[in-house]
Parts: sequence; structure tokens; C-alpha cells
Amino acid sequence: MHKIVDLGVNLLHANEHQASHNRQTFDAAGVRCFNLMSSPGAGKTALLEAVLGTLCQRYRLAIIEGDMTTQLDADRLRQFGVPVIPITTGRACHLDAAMVQGGITLLEREAAPLQNFDLLLVENVGNLVCPAEFAVGEHAKIALLSVTEGEDKPLKYPIMFRAADCIVITKTDLLPYLPLDQAALQQNLRLINPTAPIFWVSVQTQAGLADWLAWIDAQLAPAAVIYS
Amino acid sequence: MHEVDMTKALLQTLRDWWHEADRPLVREVHLQVGEFTCVEPASLLSAFAAAVPGTFLAECRLCIESIPFVAYCPHCQQSYRPVLEQAYTCPTCHAPLTEILSGRELKIAHICTATGPDSYAQNC
Repeated sequence: MHKIVDLGVNLLHANEHQASHNRQTFDAAGVRCFNLMSSPGAGKTALLEAVLGTLCQRYRLAIIEGDMTTQLDADRLRQFGVPVIPITTGRACHLDAAMVQGGITLLEREAAPLQNFDLLLVENVGNLVCPAEFAVGEHAKIALLSVTEGEDKPLKYPIMFRAADCIVITKTDLLPYLPLDQAALQQNLRLINPTAPIFWVSVQTQAGLADWLAWIDAQLAPAAVIYS
Repeated sequence: MHEVDMTKALLQTLRDWWHEADRPLVREVHLQVGEFTCVEPASLLSAFAAAVPGTFLAECRLCIESIPFVAYCPHCQQSYRPVLEQAYTCPTCHAPLTEILSGRELKIAHICTATGPDSYAQNC
């Protein structure tokens, strides 16, 4: 004999539950969390390198750095004196909420209690597919794409760009050398995501970074403390 | 790799339920997978088949219902099937994708368990 059990449960319920728990942990500690996502090579680490010096003057920062096999990106970011917790995911192509919870535990053990920080930056594994589906408890999803990826990238990966709370287009210093139709890229992003702010930046020329930093300031405004 | 991770997530969610449900023998798991998700049903079936031997789901069949991607245009007040070639816009007025009616499901709809004296699975 068989019995049918109606569940109606999200397939990713376990991850959603952990992500919700992470979010509560962040809120209780007064920490904002951003989840940076992009395809491999779009410039997540370089973007963080470009702004960490400024951000460190405004906020108490920590970073969880996800990568599949190495700690190379984490090593690049440690030079700014910010606690960087590396998470090597092995064959998993994204960070999940349990991994980030483990990162929080390590951060508190190796650096300081979570309430000592204002902003936790999670640099996800380079992947435009899975991270969009696996929440980690973040307050904001930040999706990057570089000008080298073409106008139709948002249409090919609509779930990622639709889920983003902020979109950063990187490597704008390369525009003179590329056939990219900027208006088409902007339009395609707007068609997928009508509301997320879009920032065009270059870490080489510093173009656009101030505007993106202003967006970050606006997200943290209630918690901002200016350190002299 | 992606569906392997999805299978791990699925197994974790099922395991949590299974323990709370007193570890019945699971015969079938019925999923609803939306077309506007990152999951390819055929790949998920393969990954699931590879992952369950030796687990409490070893005798389980995975059944996947694909849910169509349907959006609603508030300007035209009608539903439509978004397509990449039209940037997912309304085919009538070309308004951007706003309200999604279906296609984002990643749901364990229901589970069929065996009942009777041999129904309880071994502890896996």
C-alpha cells in the first residue's frame, strides 16, 4: 500500500532555512551583508581591491571569499588589513548558506565577534547560474558583468540579473577597443531588471567607483560611522 | 555539477523531512521544476540516480513535472510566455518582464511512501 504525503516544500528548503538564520544573525549583530556574484573573470576581486582602502576608512569590514580550489583571491584582499575568511568549495560551484555560516564562525574565532563589524562582503564563486538560486542570508545581491561579455549576457542569464539588487558593469576602460553596444546592454539589463541601479565602472581609471561607493553608503546609512 | 549540487540540496531537504516523518520507505518523490529556474530536469534525474544508491532513497523514483514560464503584463492585462528572443517582454506592448505567474518553482510537491509492516527503511 502507498501513502501520498503532500509537502509543497521548496527543494532548497534546507538552504533557505539556513540563509534565513544567517540573515537573523547579521541583523542581530548590526551587520549588512552583500553577496557579489559574476561569471569567472568579470572582476569581483579587482573591484574589491579598488574600493577596500576607501571602505575601510568608513566601515569595519570583513570578507568571506569563495573559490573552488585556491585561496589566491583571499590572499589578494588580505593586504588591506581586513579579515578575510577563505572558503574553498571543492567541486561545488557556489557558496551556500551553510558554508557562509561556517565562515561566520571562523571569522568570530579568528578575528572578532560579528557585532564588531558593519559590513560583510561575500565574494561568491565565479558562476552566473547557481549562486542566483542559493541565498546565503545576504541583504543585497550585487551582480557584476564586464563589458567584454556582450550585450546579450543579461538575456542569457536572466535569473541572476533579475535577482540582483545592484548591477556593476566592469572594465569600462576597455570600451574603446570593443564593439559593445552600450545602450543595448543597458536596455537588456533594464528589461530583465527594471529597478536595480546600474553602475559602469573601471578599476583601472577609477571611473564610476565613487557612485558605487555612494550606493554602498546609502545601504549602510543607519550603521555608518566615519573613522578619522 | 550544478544538478549535483541541486541533488545534494534536494537530498538534504528530504532527509530533514524523512527524520521528522519517522523514516518511512520512500517510493516516489514528485518535483515541480519551473522552466525559469537554473535546473534542467533531465540532468537532475541523472544526478539523483547517481546520488541515491545506499541511501534511504535507494528505492525511490524521482518524477519531475516541468512548470511553464508564464508572465503577466499589467498594461495589456494578459498572460504571456516570455522568450529570450523578445528579451522576455510582452509580445503585444513590449513592456518589460514584471510579474511572473509561474516558472520559478523548485518544489517537492508530494512524496509517495510505502505503508505496511515492511515500510520502515533502514537507518541510512
